[in-house]
Parts: sequence; structure tokens; C-alpha cells
Amino acid sequence: MIHLLVSVKQVPDTTNIRIDPETGSMIRKGVPAILNPYDAHAVASAAEWKKKLGGKLTVVTMGPPAAEEALQECIEMGADRAVLVSDRAFAGSDTLATSYVLAEAIRKIDQEDHVDMVFFGKQAIDGDTAQVGPGVAIRLGLPLVTYAVEIQDINEEEGYALIIRKTESGKEIIKTKLPAALTAEKAIADIPYAALPDLITSLKYKPEVWSAQEPVAYDVAQIGLEGSPTMVAKSGSPEAHEPAETISVEENGLAGAVETALGKMLSNTSVAALLEDQQ
Amino acid sequence: MTRRFWVFIEQNHGEMHPVAAELLGVANCLVSEVADELKASGEEAVVEGILVGHDVDNVAKEALMYGAERIYHVDDPAFEHYLNRPYTEALTHLVEKYKPEVFLIGATTLGRDLAGAVATSIKTGLTADCTKLEMGPFRKIEKKLLLATRPAFGGNVIATIVCKDHTPQMATVRPRVFETPVRNPKAKGEIIQESFEVTPEMMAAQLVEFINDQTTNLNLEYAEVIVSGGKGLGNSKGFELIKELADELGGVVGSSRAAVDGGWIDYAHQVGQTGKHVRPKLYVACGISGAIQHKVGMQDSDYILAINTDPQAPIFEVSTLGVVGDLYEVIPEMIKQLRAQKGASA
Repeated sequence: MIHLLVSVKQVPDTTNIRIDPETGSMIRKGVPAILNPYDAHAVASAAEWKKKLGGKLTVVTMGPPAAEEALQECIEMGADRAVLVSDRAFAGSDTLATSYVLAEAIRKIDQEDHVDMVFFGKQAIDGDTAQVGPGVAIRLGLPLVTYAVEIQDINEEEGYALIIRKTESGKEIIKTKLPAALTAEKAIADIPYAALPDLITSLKYKPEVWSAQEPVAYDVAQIGLEGSPTMVAKSGSPEAHEPAETISVEENGLAGAVETALGKMLSNTSVAALLEDQQ
Repeated sequence: MTRRFWVFIEQNHGEMHPVAAELLGVANCLVSEVADELKASGEEAVVEGILVGHDVDNVAKEALMYGAERIYHVDDPAFEHYLNRPYTEALTHLVEKYKPEVFLIGATTLGRDLAGAVATSIKTGLTADCTKLEMGPFRKIEKKLLLATRPAFGGNVIATIVCKDHTPQMATVRPRVFETPVRNPKAKGEIIQESFEVTPEMMAAQLVEFINDQTTNLNLEYAEVIVSGGKGLGNSKGFELIKELADELGGVVGSSRAAVDGGWIDYAHQVGQTGKHVRPKLYVACGISGAIQHKVGMQDSDYILAINTDPQAPIFEVSTLGVVGDLYEVIPEMIKQLRAQKGASA
């Protein structure tokens, strides 16, 4: 029986973010929290493989009590078990501390029920750091395949997986021994419509909540603010710019507006030289 | 004590990634920013490059020309293709041996895969995708720290991050965020061979096959002219017009995230915080409203021409010049006039 595990995060929907113009900090109130989109695709892929091979799918997250909702969504997609690692002591954790919290939780789950593959989204849309997946993998000593776009095969019997990852110049087919870790691109799987039985299960399902003491006794020096080497020195809104000069088609007519615009653009010597080279 | 400012020299099959040169330029700026401290303490500071690979001596020489004083080079057949685990172990070993103060890595696919693992393995802080780096004072700490500034929450917030009690202070920077320093072919420096043993355990994942895909290899970051399309195109067919203008201007096609999310064009074309950071000589933004996440990726362009129907579109805030009008009218007219001009001058 294969055991797949996905590490997920609940994030503010960054497409809906508003910033307080006075303080430059984010107004969290009223911003919807969603399951990180890349993580959703990772869950979808793991659910597909669970179905194909028969086995078990566990999801784990670190976050506030409200992150339960993100886990419920994973149950809807076919996860069997969900663990929420939640404690005030974790507040302020940066990526290093977060990778510690998740790695220890996964280690605990693995001790009870051997984990064959750990999935992550390639990055979370709030921080976009892409650091936690690689961090957890190295803590657990797992071979890592990032930017995975397709899983070609998971061969439990022979203990390997074939994974395709995308790089700037092409695609790489990686053969990795199991257990292994991967971080997923959206292409790895489509988000399915929830099957009715899974939907019903998710409505009744309550994720397990783990604290900083139980069942894993976390080292307080490695979690929260104390366990985080990085700190925010200052934050604010991006620089404001003066609007550019604009030429209106309505006022100048199409040919006139374009002629004026091209004239101005070509009066810039560097642009003119560029276009000269073209000819 | 020598204060070491390290740059990871990324290379692919024997070719240095341009981001390595950009980071060497930044590292030299950082060193000059602690000149006052060096004068007071009598310490020296050096920019050093870290090169992992097989049979890549030419890359080591190239890195010296872009401003590294010394290169630590680990060579083993196991490093011919990049793999997370052996590269992470090799870098961890070198950091523990030399204890650098700052370590910069390019935020490429390879670099982002590597940096998170290395920082965790060393247990230090890492700031991703920085857009500004400087050495500066922080609170009452005696020595200047690396002040790493980056956008967060989709570019809506700009945050400066410090790592005050751990070294190296690590940061990743995307290609083209910083300019390429001048290449000095006469530069001299040291290349030190480091030995490192790759164990079978580190090779649990292996490359089976590489499929070269030119469609993903646009070289958008280093293009001199980019014509980008956004939501205002209305459909994927609009990119045919964008391509026509790009061809006329000798450029490549870019896009906003909205166009990629809409499935109109491949992610490889995306410009912005979660796409490519670009700084072409000419950037033409067509039907792009100018969400912050797009602006952070293209505002370093030398000349920005925006075409949009909405005179209030935020894209005009970072543009050099704007045309308020329907792109489906403006672009064909522009192509027509450009062709007429070429005809006249030929």
C-alpha cells in the first residue's frame, strides 16, 4: 500500500489584497483565505496516484485554527487523513522554522505509517519563496525533484518514481528512489470536481490538531520568532511613480496619435539605434 | 579575519549563467559599502565565486573576469548534471569550511531549488527574489548587515529582511534584476580546487533524459525588445498581432499573468514577479492594465510604451509614453507606419 503525503498551506488570496496606505501593511480583514493553488494541484496529483495504485493520502499543514478549511478542501479532493499543526508558539516562523515544524510532523506520521512520497506546491503565492519544500526534503534526507510537471510512474515494488520536471531550457526526466519529495507545478494534475462520497466525508471530517508539545515535542529554540533567523526590518508600499505623458487616439485621430507616439519614441537615441539595427 | 562575500557560479553544461556575473557585480558593491568598517578594523573583504561542476575550468576563468577574486571549484563527474542533493552537500561543506558572511545565489530554477536546501542544511536565513541588496546598519548591531529588499504578497508590499545572528546571510536574486558588470579579460585571480566526496546515498535521484525544448527557451530576460500582451487582447488570437509587432521591432513576445492564467499563452512568456524579470531597451505593453505583480518585473526597462484604452490604467505610471486607444487599431497602424518608414529609408 502506497502512502502519499502532501504538505499544504492556507494563504491570503493575493489577487484580492489591499494595502493600508498609511502604514504600508496588508489589511488582512476581509481578504479571503484559500488553499495555495500550487498545493491544490499537488493534492490532485497525489489523489490520482492514490486511486491508481490503491493506498493512502495524508495532508499536513502548519497554520492557525482557520487553516482547517484548507484541509477540508483536501479531503474533498480525496485525502484520507489531515493533520493541522497549530500552536501560538509557531507564530512568526520563517521558512527555516517552518521547514523544521513540517519535517518533524512528517517524520512522526512516517514512524506510524511509512510515507513513500512527499508532495509540495512549487511555492506559496503569499511569499513566493519556494524554500519550504527543499528545506523539508533536506531535513528528512529525501531526494528532491522540484518543478515537477508530470509523474510518469510510481513503482512501489521496485522503490522508484519517474518524474518530469521543467527547467528554463527544457524538460528533465528524473528517476528517484523512494521515499522521495517533489514540488509541483500546476501542470502536474487538473483539479477534479469533488466526488460525492468525498464531499460527504469532508463535511463530517475533523482534522487532527497537533500542538507544539503533542504528539511532537518541538524544540522551542527552533520554532516561532526565536527559531527564525530572518526578520522584517521594515515594510511598506512600492514606490509611487508619476504617470507618463499620454497621447489619446480620440483627441488626435488614429494616424496622428501613432505618428506622434512613434516620433517621440524614435527621438530616444537608444530606441532609434535599436530599430536602425533592424533594417 | 577575512570577510567573504560569496556568489554561486551557476553553469549549465559548461556555460556560465549570466546571473552569476550580475551577482558578482552586486557582491563587489556590497564590499565597497563596508569599506569604512574595513578601514577601522584592518580586515579585508573579498568576493569569491563557488563553482560546482565537471570539466568547467573555462567557467571559473569567466567568473574571474566578472569580478571574483578567487574561485573555489569542486569538480566531480557526479556534478555534470545538476541534482539537488550532491550540490547541496558540496555547498554545505564549503560554507562550513570557509564561513562566508554573505552568500548570493541566482533565483533561477536551479538556484531556487538549491538555495532553500543549502540554507536549511546550514540553518541560516535566506531571503528570496531580492530586488535590492545593500550593506547597512541595523539597530545597535556593531557590524553592517545585508539588508535584503523584496516584494511580497504579489508585489503589494515591499519588505526589507535582515538575518542578524546567523551566517552566511543568504539571498537569491532573479536574473536581470541587476545590471551586468563590465567584463575584464585581463582580470587575474586564484582558482582553488576543492575536494568533495560524493556518496551513493547522495545520488538517490538521477537524470535519465534531458529533452531540449526551444519553445521554453525564449531568452525573454535578455531580449532587447519585448512586446507584451495582456487581458486587453481578449483572446489568444490577439497574440498573433503582438507577434507581428514584435517581429517588426525585432523583439520577442511577453505577456502578463492574466494572459497566462487565461491559457492564451505559455508561462515561459510571463513577465512579472512570478514570471521573468526583464530590462529591455524597449518594452511595449499592450492591453496590460499594470497590476503591481507585472510592474515589478518590467519597470527597469529603459523605454516603456504602453497602449491601453483606459487613461487611468496603472501601467501608465511606470511608462515613458502612453497611447490611449484600442490596441486592435493602434498596433496595425503602428506596423503600417513603421513599414512605411523602413520603405522610405531603404
